[in-house]
Amino acid sequence: MSNFASLTRTRILLALRNKMFFFFSVVFPLGMFFLYAGIFARSNPRAVSYFLGPVIAFNVMGSFWGLSATLVMFREQGILRRFHVTPVTATDMLASSLLANYVLTLPTVSVEVFLARFIFHVPSLGNLFSLAVLVTVGTVSFGSLGLVVASVTNTMQETQVLNQIIWLPLIFLSGATFPLAYLPNSVQHVGLFLPATYLVTALQGALYQSFSVSQLMVQILALAVWAILTFFVAAQLFRWEPEVKIPRKAKLWALATALPFFLLGAWENTNGDILKQAQAAFHSLERPANSDQPSKTAR
Amino acid sequence: MANPVLQVENLVKHYGDVEAVRGVSFNVEEGEVFGLLGPNGAGKTTTVEILEGLRDPDGGSVSVCGLDPQHESEALKHEIGAALQSTSLPDKLRVMEALRLFSSFYKRGRKPEELLKRFGLEEKRNTFYNQLSGGQKQRLALAMALVNDPKVIFLDEPTAGLDPQVRREIYDVIEELRREKKTILMTTHYIEEAERLCDRVAIVDFGKVIALGTPRELKAHSGGATRIEVRLSKPESNGALKSLEGVADAREVDGTYVLHSKRPPQTIVSLVKHLEAGGNELVSLEIATPSLEDVFIEMTGRRLRD
Repeated sequence: MSNFASLTRTRILLALRNKMFFFFSVVFPLGMFFLYAGIFARSNPRAVSYFLGPVIAFNVMGSFWGLSATLVMFREQGILRRFHVTPVTATDMLASSLLANYVLTLPTVSVEVFLARFIFHVPSLGNLFSLAVLVTVGTVSFGSLGLVVASVTNTMQETQVLNQIIWLPLIFLSGATFPLAYLPNSVQHVGLFLPATYLVTALQGALYQSFSVSQLMVQILALAVWAILTFFVAAQLFRWEPEVKIPRKAKLWALATALPFFLLGAWENTNGDILKQAQAAFHSLERPANSDQPSKTAR
Repeated sequence: MANPVLQVENLVKHYGDVEAVRGVSFNVEEGEVFGLLGPNGAGKTTTVEILEGLRDPDGGSVSVCGLDPQHESEALKHEIGAALQSTSLPDKLRVMEALRLFSSFYKRGRKPEELLKRFGLEEKRNTFYNQLSGGQKQRLALAMALVNDPKVIFLDEPTAGLDPQVRREIYDVIEELRREKKTILMTTHYIEEAERLCDRVAIVDFGKVIALGTPRELKAHSGGATRIEVRLSKPESNGALKSLEGVADAREVDGTYVLHSKRPPQTIVSLVKHLEAGGNELVSLEIATPSLEDVFIEMTGRRLRD
């Protein structure tokens, strides 16, 4: 078995034995699901379908918390040191964390989709293939972001502070918490600079508007490019030893991860239609045909 | 004759302004247990970490199994086994899982089952790492150092922080490896450990090797004299103590006078007489058999530890 495969297997095993993992990756996302579907959407199937995107986005973006915390803990406790004297490489270590995280995200996402369909009677789940692609690029890219966070912080405390600083704009300015179109106009434009916005709108596009992969190409490509870039940066900055200091160039590298969405945001703000699509989705929800008798043809 | 398994020549390593290793040289032959003995901060761990390929040297040259750790670290890691200092495993990893995981990283290896048995961990095979005692963790660390049946084993302070009984348990394990003619480089700050386990010892202080040889040779170096340590109620000059009967050398170390004598009974008698004449009193007197500690005191004027 390759190093990558055996590490992935072990990481999955360790996560399943971890109570924190169970809370943050199962209990918390499902709690969010019921909060959105039951209270925000008032169990209205069309509204549930609209909010399913943000709920899954939460779940997918949350990857970076767990990955950064685990990697920092492994480094602080000298666990990475032990792996360093074996033939295991930094890429083995990082890629196995990402794959383990991906495998562990799928069941919760599936349960959320299943509950939406069978408990909340969402008539159509939209484009499930688009959903699968987005969950994949989403967990890999946000997971890589977590690996970068782990490399530019020294202690668990620093990691958690940085995670908070990243997390709050991601959830509040992207449409994950409040629909993008519902936010003040200026905030919507700021949101276009955040990767989270593209994940949320794309997931909503796939689930609520049934957009195909080609209709979501901008978001998917942007997230994929970002995933490759952040993973590369994480591999460059990876440190096995707790006492090895963060190199000075690290902060620059870390900033480089913001570049793709800075450029895309500038373009979308002037020429793009992602914001228009998000607004259209929101407004179609505001004038439901008939909330007592939801039907597939309702527009 | 084959080349030495480990070759270290004039090794230098700085951390910022601190010179951790200042020109260390030694060779380790195949099948030899070689010890780096010295106080904490002497540069032992840094030396070992450079040989393991974990750190890059700033000067000098090293070779491990004919490989350069800095540039051939991938190939090197298949050849070495290591029990590191300040390392750990994930809390919820079971003993057997740890052995299986680590053996999966290597091309060749020993059966995890056989290692469990050998290190007395059979009953602990399904125990989580965080539920093991200190001694069990250390036995697991040694077992893990052997999963790839390495050509050379690095043991960095293998018994630090363990209580005496557990320490002896670990000694037995290392002695067994020695009987198997494994090549081992170990670091320690325990004299007993170096004398008991090592074929040859390099005494290291402030990043330099200050003496090198078999424990017997090193002890012979200090003349095979018995160490007499006395505390006195009033200070005494080293010169006066040196002129006592049988005394080869005398010096003050942290408020204690350390005398080396070829004829301890005569020395003590003449010491007591000398003190009485000068109105001085003996507060305490200890006699120690010759050990590597004497070599260290002789070379540095300090004790090895504490």
